[in-house]
Amino acid sequence: MTTLAAPSPLQRISTALYLRPRILLFLLLAPPLIWLGVIYLGSLFALLLQSFFYIDEFAGTIVHDFSLRTYGELFTRANFDIFLRTAVMAAVVTVAAAIVAFPIAYYMVRYASLKTKALLYLAVMLPLWSSYLVRVYAWKLILAKEGIVTWIAEQTHLAWLLDSILAIPVIGGPSLSISYIGTFLVFLYIWLPFMILPIVAALERVPASLVEASADLGAHPGATFRRVILPLALPGVVAGSIFTFSLTLGDYIIPGIIGNSRPFIGQAVYQLQGTAGNIPLAAAFTVVPIAVMSVYLMIAKRAGAFDAL
Amino acid sequence: MPLRIATIGGLLFLHVPLFIIILYAFSAEERSFVFPPPGFTTRWFAVALEREDVRRALLLSLQVAVVATAAAMVLGTLAAAAVWRTRFFGREAISLLLILPIALPGIITGIALRSALNLMDIPFSFWTIVIGHATFCIVVVYNNVLARLRRSAPALIEASMDLGANGFQTFRYIVLPHIATALLAGGMLAFALSFDEVIVTTFTAGQQSTLPIWMLSELIRPRQRPVTNVVAVFVIAVTLIPILAAFYLTRDTHEAAGGGR
Repeated sequence: MTTLAAPSPLQRISTALYLRPRILLFLLLAPPLIWLGVIYLGSLFALLLQSFFYIDEFAGTIVHDFSLRTYGELFTRANFDIFLRTAVMAAVVTVAAAIVAFPIAYYMVRYASLKTKALLYLAVMLPLWSSYLVRVYAWKLILAKEGIVTWIAEQTHLAWLLDSILAIPVIGGPSLSISYIGTFLVFLYIWLPFMILPIVAALERVPASLVEASADLGAHPGATFRRVILPLALPGVVAGSIFTFSLTLGDYIIPGIIGNSRPFIGQAVYQLQGTAGNIPLAAAFTVVPIAVMSVYLMIAKRAGAFDAL
Repeated sequence: MPLRIATIGGLLFLHVPLFIIILYAFSAEERSFVFPPPGFTTRWFAVALEREDVRRALLLSLQVAVVATAAAMVLGTLAAAAVWRTRFFGREAISLLLILPIALPGIITGIALRSALNLMDIPFSFWTIVIGHATFCIVVVYNNVLARLRRSAPALIEASMDLGANGFQTFRYIVLPHIATALLAGGMLAFALSFDEVIVTTFTAGQQSTLPIWMLSELIRPRQRPVTNVVAVFVIAVTLIPILAAFYLTRDTHEAAGGGR
């Protein structure tokens, strides 16, 4: 009769874990959950909590009592304008991104060869991942008064056109880099890949047989596009719009560097928590984009956009 | 044909600004953004490397990115291993929790972390920057590792166990080599993400400045523009090389590299 060697401690731990998968699961999940649950969710909760505190106007200190006073301040005219300005910009950027992104995505999926498609995919992905700040900086160079756009306009004798565009009230300004047009262009540029990729994912899932069936049944290519492809690609557009809309709502760097001095939500939050020291109001401000995005995500989920993410 | 023109136009729109940055880094012009540059020189590269503040910022950025990436690789792999093949209560909530730091605007993550640090009287330091970065880097490692695990055969692990290997040996000799390239790709993406991150960093950094923070301050209050141009080129290089490597490592599952930013 042979005797088995006593199992090593490592072996015993391993066996014990194998027999109790719940403990193994717990051990695997505990570190990431503690990190995200405590550090991240804890911070978010602390922020939410502070939005119910308020600033004592005379002493300038934060009063740690629960009240809805700070939320009331959100409805002043100046603050309401900030929300309106940001929301309109986010909506315009989202629509423009969808219009620019769709043909690119459509070409990638329907017409490009496998090899071109991989290249195009990389070409869309690289700007997405390359430095955000550097790309904003590049636009500062392009849009500045002495920059490339002005130079091109002069070379092509279109300076009058540029001047008349800049003369348009509200969206114009002293130069493209100090106007809403500039802010819009940079937002569109920076978020465009976030719109292209989900549309590609959605279009990839449109079965070729469906398109052929539509043609066989006598539909004109345009009709097939409108009644078969477009409705099936819509979840991709909605998925992309989640990114473009949410990112525009929260960004404070782009409008700070390129644009005029009228603030967006992100800039207001940044100034309130920094120079103004009004953390409660800053916190209440951030609750607005969170609430808007929660509603948006709920609607998007119904539209099936999550499958295209 | 119009579709082709629209595609080319869109891609030019995405790429021309990056080339312009490179062009300006070699510009002989010192003060303004004048286009076209009056002449070309490489001397600003030397000037930038000599600058003490640039070197300090670069070093801090690299250190933060390395530590944050290491933390994200461990935590992301653990989370992926837990979610893979087991069904448990709250699994959906966990995947949401992992995406949240990246799905919500950076300013919310930033201000939340900052106010929590303030509430607990934790001073800003190297480690507070790392904590912020690791939080949003976990998801890219998680996505890449999970994508690889989902395409792997559970039979391999069972075979290893049947042949007498314990759990640790199976992990070391079967699972780890199998997920190695995905893990590496996730790590590289996390590194690039951390190296480039500016919004969360502004809230958790205190007095120290990473390279993106340095650039942001130059954008708001320019001091020596040619140096900023050179640093910009440098940032592009340091972020793009790991991204290309990650793409190469996961080229058979191309959605893995793009997902979850």
